[in-house]
Amino acid sequence: MMLSGWGRYPVLDCRLHACPVPDAAEDAIAGATSLIARGNGRAYGDAALNPTHTLSMLGSDRFAGFDPETGVLTCEAGVMLSEILRVFVPRGWFPPVVPGTKLVTVGGMIAADVHGKNHHRDGSFGAHVTQLELATPDGVVTCSPDTNAELFAATIGGMGLTGVILRASFRLVPVETAYMMSETRAAGDLATAMALLAESDAWPYTVAWIDCLASAPARGRSLIHRGRHATHAELPRGRREAPRPVHDGKGVRVPFDMPGAALNGLTVRSFNAAYYARGRAASGGGPELVHYDPFFFPLDGILAWNRLYGRWGFVQYQCVLPDTASAAGLAALLDRIAAAGQGSFLAVLKRLGPGSGFLSFPIAGYTLALDFPVRAGTFALLDDLDTIVAQHGGRVYLAKDARTVPRRFAAGYPELDRFRRVRAQAGAAGRFESLLSRRLEV
Amino acid sequence: MADETDAPPAALILGATSDIGRAAAQQLAAAGYALQLAGRRADAVQRERDDLAVRTGQPVTMHVLDVTDSAAHAAFLEGLDPLPEVAVCVVGTMGDQAENERDPAKAAQVIAATYTAPAQLLGELANRFAARGHGTIVGVSSVAGDRGRATNYVYGSAKAGFTAFLSGLRNRFAGTGVHVATIKPGFVRTRMTEGLKLPGLLTASPDRVGRSIHEAVAKRRDVVYVLPVWRLVMLIIRAIPEPVFKRLRL
Repeated sequence: MMLSGWGRYPVLDCRLHACPVPDAAEDAIAGATSLIARGNGRAYGDAALNPTHTLSMLGSDRFAGFDPETGVLTCEAGVMLSEILRVFVPRGWFPPVVPGTKLVTVGGMIAADVHGKNHHRDGSFGAHVTQLELATPDGVVTCSPDTNAELFAATIGGMGLTGVILRASFRLVPVETAYMMSETRAAGDLATAMALLAESDAWPYTVAWIDCLASAPARGRSLIHRGRHATHAELPRGRREAPRPVHDGKGVRVPFDMPGAALNGLTVRSFNAAYYARGRAASGGGPELVHYDPFFFPLDGILAWNRLYGRWGFVQYQCVLPDTASAAGLAALLDRIAAAGQGSFLAVLKRLGPGSGFLSFPIAGYTLALDFPVRAGTFALLDDLDTIVAQHGGRVYLAKDARTVPRRFAAGYPELDRFRRVRAQAGAAGRFESLLSRRLEV
Repeated sequence: MADETDAPPAALILGATSDIGRAAAQQLAAAGYALQLAGRRADAVQRERDDLAVRTGQPVTMHVLDVTDSAAHAAFLEGLDPLPEVAVCVVGTMGDQAENERDPAKAAQVIAATYTAPAQLLGELANRFAARGHGTIVGVSSVAGDRGRATNYVYGSAKAGFTAFLSGLRNRFAGTGVHVATIKPGFVRTRMTEGLKLPGLLTASPDRVGRSIHEAVAKRRDVVYVLPVWRLVMLIIRAIPEPVFKRLRL
C-alpha cells in the first residue's frame, strides 16, 4: 500500500505487515531479507518506509507493568503516548519527555530519541529509558545503560536500524495537577530571543515561536514560552476537586487538502506579523494556568493538519547548531529563508542540551525547526540551509528529514562510525533498512 | 481494617484475549469491578492481565481454560475466588464456512466452541449464582443466529442455539436476583473480521460493544443490539417469507 511519513513526502508503495504481539517480530525478522519497524507514522520523511517489509507495531500496544515506588513503566513498543497520558495523568504521573505531538508510539519516541521543551534540563526521551528489549536476527536482546550498553546507545535515536524495539521501561515523573503555569515573553530580535531562552534555563519547559520571515532589524523576533507543572495549591478553587483531567481526544479534522496556493509568502507573512503582535501585547504578565494538552500539543487539536500544505506534502527542516556557532549560524539561516520568502506558521527555536545515543539529534546549542510546502525551489533552498548548517558544525534531525545527502549526514554525526560498527556486530546492517537508511547510506 | 464487603465485586471475562472481551474488561474495571480473565493460551491471557492491571489499577487474576474441555469446568469454577458478580462470555469461533461444509469434524468444533461448551459453562455458573441469590450473566451472541444464511449457517446455527439458551435461562430466573443479558453486536471491527469488507453504518468498534456490555449489566437489559439499526435490519430479514428468503444471496 502507499505509505508516507507525516510530511506526506515521499510516498512509497510498501508491503505493510502487522505485528500484533511482540513475539511476532521474531518471525517477521526470520522471514524478511530487509525490514523496518513503523510506529504511528509521525516521523516526517522516509524513516519508517521499507518497500518489501514495513512492520507496523501499532498492535503491540499493551502495558506490562508499573511500579508506583519508582515510577518505572514497562510497556510494548506500540503503546501511544496519548494512551500513557490518559492512563497515568489521573494518577499523578507524567511522561519524562513529550515531543510536539502525543500521537506517537513509545518505540517511535526511542528510535527518534525525541526531545521536548524540557530538553535543556532533562535530556531526551532516551535518557529516561532504563531498559529495552530489541529483536535482532540473533534473537531478543535486553539492553540498558549497563547491559549491552553500546547496542543500547545505538538503538536510542537509531531510527529502527539496530532491530525492532519490542518493549521498553522508562521513568514517569510525579505531577500534582494536569495543568501548567505558563508565561510568554516577546523578543524583538534574534539576539534577545537567544538571551531570553538562555536566561529561562531554570524553567523546566521553554520554547520560542520565531517569525522566520521578519527581516532586520526585527530578524528573529520571537515569542518565548516557558512553563512548569502547576501545583495543587495554584489551581483555582473550582478545579481542586478534579485536578488531573486528561485530554478529551476530540479534535477538528482538516477534511481535504488545501489548494497549494493558499499557503504562500504573503499569507504566512501576514499571519506571522499578526501572531507576533498579538503575542507581544499579551506577554509580560504573570504566569497563566493552561492544561497540558494545548501547552504541549497545540497541533494535535487540528487532526491531519499535514493536509494544510496541499497534496504535494511538505518537508520539515530541523537543525541544531552548537552553542558557540549559534548566533552567527541562526542569523545566516534566517537571512536565507527570508530572502526566499518561503516560511511557515510553525517555526520553533529552542535551546537543547547534550544527546544520549550515537545518532541522537540533540547537541548543546540552539535548534530551529520549520516546515516548507514541497514546490519548485524548496529543495534548492534546503540545500543552501544544509550548507550553512555544515559550515557552523550543526546537523539535521533524521526524524524530520526527507532529502539531505550522505555527505552532509556523515559530517553532522561524528559517532556514525561507532553506530555502524555496533549495528554490524548485532547483525542488523543490511537487515533493518528504511528508505532513509538507503538514501543516507547509513 | 477493610471489611470483606469492601473488596470490589468481580467480573469474569470468558474469552478475555478477544478484542470484545478486552473492551468489556476495561469498561467493567472502570465501573469498579475486579477482573477475572479466562482464556485458552496462558501467555496471551498473561499479556492481557498485565496490561489491564496497569491500565485499570484494579485487581486482575488470570485463569487458563479451554471452554470446550468440559471436564475442566468444575475445577475452573472452584478456582474462582470470589465467585464473580458478573460473567461475560465472548467465546465462539466462525471457522471457515466452506471448510465447515466439507468437514463435519470442523463444523462440530465450531458448534462446540460457539454453543454447546459456553452454554454448559454458563448453565453451571447460573446455578451457582442462583444458589448465592444474585449475579449477572452476559452472553455475547450474534445477529448471525437470527436467521440461517448460506454464507455462515454453521456458526449462525450455533449462535441461534446460544441465543435460545440465554433466552431460556433469563426466563427461568426472571424475578430472582439472577439476570441474563444477550448482546448482539452486528459487525465488529476485530481481528476475527480483519480483511473482511464491512459496511460502516452497520459496524461497531470493540469499544462500543464493551460499553453496551457494561450498560446491559448496570441497567439489567435483556436483549441488546449494540447498534440499534440492527434490530430493524434483523426484523426485516426475519419477516421475509422462506420461499423468497431461500433464493436470496445475503
